[in-house]
Amino acid sequence: MKRYQAQIALAIALLVSFAVSQFSDQLNDYYLDIFLTTGISIILAVSLNLVNGHTGQFSLGHAGFMAVGAYAAAIVSIQLGPQLQHIFGSGGAGTGAAFLLALLVGGVCAALCGWIVGVPSLRLRGDYLAIVTLGFNEIIRVILQNTKPDSVCGGALGLGGIPAHTSIFWAFGAAAVCIYVVTAMIQSTWGRGFLAVRDDEIAAGSMGINTTRYKVTAFVVGAFFAGIGGGLYAHQKGAINPEGFNFLKSVDVVVMVILGGMGSTVGVVLAAIVLTVLNEYLRDFEQYRMIIFALLLIIMMIARPQGLLPASLFHKKGRTA
Amino acid sequence: MDQFAQQLLNGLFLGSIYALIALGYTMVYGVLRFINFAHGDVFMLGAFSGLYLKKWMEPVLAPLHWSLSLTVILVLSMLICAALGILIEFLAYRPLRNRPRLNVLITAIGVSLLIEYTGQLVFGATQQSFPPLIPANNIALTGGLAVTNTQMIVFVTVVVLLVALRHIVMRTRLGLAMRALSLNPTASALMGVNNSVVISFTFGLGSALAAAGGILYASLYPSVEPFMGIIPGLKAFIAAVLGGIGNIPGAALGGLIIGVTETLVGGYSSTFGLPTGYKDGVAFVILILILLFKPSGLLGKTEREKV
Repeated sequence: MKRYQAQIALAIALLVSFAVSQFSDQLNDYYLDIFLTTGISIILAVSLNLVNGHTGQFSLGHAGFMAVGAYAAAIVSIQLGPQLQHIFGSGGAGTGAAFLLALLVGGVCAALCGWIVGVPSLRLRGDYLAIVTLGFNEIIRVILQNTKPDSVCGGALGLGGIPAHTSIFWAFGAAAVCIYVVTAMIQSTWGRGFLAVRDDEIAAGSMGINTTRYKVTAFVVGAFFAGIGGGLYAHQKGAINPEGFNFLKSVDVVVMVILGGMGSTVGVVLAAIVLTVLNEYLRDFEQYRMIIFALLLIIMMIARPQGLLPASLFHKKGRTA
Repeated sequence: MDQFAQQLLNGLFLGSIYALIALGYTMVYGVLRFINFAHGDVFMLGAFSGLYLKKWMEPVLAPLHWSLSLTVILVLSMLICAALGILIEFLAYRPLRNRPRLNVLITAIGVSLLIEYTGQLVFGATQQSFPPLIPANNIALTGGLAVTNTQMIVFVTVVVLLVALRHIVMRTRLGLAMRALSLNPTASALMGVNNSVVISFTFGLGSALAAAGGILYASLYPSVEPFMGIIPGLKAFIAAVLGGIGNIPGAALGGLIIGVTETLVGGYSSTFGLPTGYKDGVAFVILILILLFKPSGLLGKTEREKV
């Protein structure tokens, strides 16, 4: 039994989220929205943690990948929706299958972008990567903003009328899958390479680890889940625009990862939940929110760079993961 | 052809400002080996201090000739921002001197956001118009080209500042210490260089140049807002990478190249049926290309990382 612990946990998580989502009608719309946002935040934070935490790179473009996923998924749903309904049928299962397809298309497009951006820049050191990913985020935004208003991307006004498919099952199910995939990758024998790259890239390279390949893998997987998160976001809000995926959205995710502890999945998940809920309660103090975030970043780096719940907290001494 | 030459000229003026900001990135990278993300925000603070100095010192400045009052405002803003730069280094970066680079990078992003949002709180989120420090006047050149008075002054100021910087770096003891530090921090400390003082000085110098850049930029594009530093800052950073980060003439060259390319793309994109909005993406494309083909930059030396 112990061998399949993780798989069982994943199955339970999926079942629970499915069961809970059956009762989501009872929930107040406002709370449901916060719930869904929390699930999406978890996906974004855990996937960024694979890049920034476990592999020790620094990506500032998570919102860019999210944008790619959101747009791709929304376009599939809007443009191909009727045809897909024709193929899969119009029942609950059919809609689900069509939505899954849209999400996967979004994820794959984002992963492809991750590969295109990652291969050149990941051969270089971390600080360049931060700038390149930031630049990528900006390029995506500029391109989307300059598309024609009547094109499939909708120009600066964005896309509207996206079917609201995202439910608690989809948001938290995807989060569970994301956590499972990232944890399984990191804890496998092969996945030790990620941690080796983070701890000392030169030493890892001299031990025969293909550092570039590990970095690109982390980047592509991270981008894939960011794309999935974006797709869920699009189908939650029903409307997306390029401005919603700016640099600050990326910073939000980075703050979650740093606060939770880079490389600590439990910490990052908790930070994602806490920060999302806090964001809702701090709506009235919107202008102070980013000042607080910025101060948090600085103080955390000076006083507790390992995060509030570092990975070492959950493991015996002498082992890090 | 005339239009091309005109665009080229406009690009040079914009590029000279990028060069000014890029120098700050490159110098800080030279001594501390990290990217000071907050540099673009110091640029913004420079523009704002110019705005407020002009407002508050109006009674003093009014009787003076415009060139004199421009000099006063420029020098005062440079001093204010130099002090701010030193303060930022002292409070945020010095405690992290021997920590992993990633931590310093994150702190720098934090400092940048802090300045932007505090700026938004203090100055207001709306755009403010920047008062004209230089009287508007067109100067006709031969061949049907025209430059404004402002562009000319901007260019002259940049050249003066660059010459002054070169003098400081190459001819003074502090400049010598800066070069020694960027070559090898441990060895320079052993030779009696007070590294902390030199780092503070470098931050001050870079921030002063950024402040000058801010005022000049705001004179060319007369509106200021708390987030105005992000994009010019990034472009200047790319200019520094293009010229070879850590290399001072390289940063100036990179700034000019970025400015010219961007203006040309902006001027001609409509000819090729592209929206002019793409000109903001040009710099990033250049960055990705340079990282792909010559990561050390045009004038930079390749540096091998050792264990």
